Amino acid sequence: MSASILFDTPGPKARRRILLINIIGALIAVGIVAWIFFGLAAKGQMQPEQWDDFIQASTWKNYLLPGLLNTVKAAILGIIGSVIFGLVFGIGRLSQNKLINGVSTVVVEFFRAVPVLLMIVFFNVFFSRSLELPGDTALWAVVAALIFYNGSVVAELVRSGVHNLPKGQREAGIAIGLTRGMSLRYIEIPQALVAMLPALIGQFVVILKDSALGYIISFNELLFFARTYSSPNGNVLQALIVTAVIFILINFTLSKIAEQVSKRLSTRVKKAKNAPAVVGTTAVTFAETGTKNDSKEQ
Amino acid sequence: MENYLSIFTEYDIPGAFWVNIQLTFWAAIGALVLGTILALLRISPVASFQAIGASYVNLVRNTPLTIIILFAVLALYGQLGFTLGGDFQANFFRLSVLGLAVYHAAFVCEAIRSGVNTVPLGQAEAARAIGLGFMPAARLIILPQAFRGAIVPLGNTLIALIKNSTVAAVGSVATESSSVMKTMIEFRSDIVIPIFLTFAIGFVIIVIPVGLLTTWLSKKLAVAR
Repeated sequence: MSASILFDTPGPKARRRILLINIIGALIAVGIVAWIFFGLAAKGQMQPEQWDDFIQASTWKNYLLPGLLNTVKAAILGIIGSVIFGLVFGIGRLSQNKLINGVSTVVVEFFRAVPVLLMIVFFNVFFSRSLELPGDTALWAVVAALIFYNGSVVAELVRSGVHNLPKGQREAGIAIGLTRGMSLRYIEIPQALVAMLPALIGQFVVILKDSALGYIISFNELLFFARTYSSPNGNVLQALIVTAVIFILINFTLSKIAEQVSKRLSTRVKKAKNAPAVVGTTAVTFAETGTKNDSKEQ
Repeated sequence: MENYLSIFTEYDIPGAFWVNIQLTFWAAIGALVLGTILALLRISPVASFQAIGASYVNLVRNTPLTIIILFAVLALYGQLGFTLGGDFQANFFRLSVLGLAVYHAAFVCEAIRSGVNTVPLGQAEAARAIGLGFMPAARLIILPQAFRGAIVPLGNTLIALIKNSTVAAVGSVATESSSVMKTMIEFRSDIVIPIFLTFAIGFVIIVIPVGLLTTWLSKKLAVAR
């Protein structure tokens, strides 16, 4: 916990003062919530009929669930594609071959710098004019944009994961007669993949959030459905809040899973640390540096 | 080629990027102020302040930016009649800036907090040992090192903000680059790819120097330990 470094353990006087400020803080928090609630009520936004829509089965059946299904579909396709793209170009960036390395670097750096929205808008027009894709063109446009951007981020995760491995791993591989490529495939990449798992799950949150950008090209995802449903009913505000809550619940769960995975990885390592075997300690270095790097490549 | 070059005279491409830079500039200031306040709440010893900061970060960080900007424009303005002054266009611009600032403040908060985490425990202990109280220790010892440690994540947040400023298209800011590009590729279907590459490279040109600058700054200002 970061807080611990800033403060001494408080004495009785400080504890009383903290308690007082704590009560004031809690009152402020309650005040903010009440202010929002009554502010909305005063503007006539808390009428039951505006919110009723969202507890009715028909709203969910006809609008929210089909929308959520499309959102999840785009996200899952995006996740699978990004992992494949990330592995290919991540390994490409680790290649000794100057050409493969150069091409991968340019691809990854380029797609990391281009806004996802720009790609979505481009692919939507490009696909509908030049390619005959099965199903919804907007879906493919969103998925393609998600893959190019997030795939590049995953490529960087793969690369930093391998770079953060102790040098001894590769040296040991080469010492037992593996080629550079074999040591990469059999020794380094598998370890890097485990180390990057928390950051990878964190990236899934980004993919899910970015899928909502499909709204702009009228992709039938959750946000778009919520908007079309609520516009004639005059409860856009309520619909946006409900949509946001759905996204928050899913993403919060994903973040918690990422946290758990990262905790499990580090405890696994700690146990191994007590044992004489050296295998486990490698993970400690990249479990720690991994989190540092993931913020670097965000 | 001539066909391609004509887009520069027909459309104001640098102007479109300028709108994104302005969005970024104002949103960055807002996010930095709000994010620093949130970080202070989160590192304070008061449980309820920590809870306020943590709830804000967890709620905002997990909401798509599209919803936040849409909320500002459709719910705050459209349904509740909240305006930020100026004419019609200026109001949409400011509401989009508000949405961008609210969203990125959560990331600024986490960046600063991670900066505080880079300060070794011994620094705080030494500060207390020479008799500094909480505020002097924070001001003289902890925060200067924390900001230097937070440069890389702050720079990454700035890069994300530059790219996310295109989402202002949702907030009806029709002059920013993604909206301009959308109009262009719909009217000039013969050169869709060159138009996309023009805008994409524009962003590469803006983003990469910011990345290099952060890396350079973080190395230059790194606290030698």
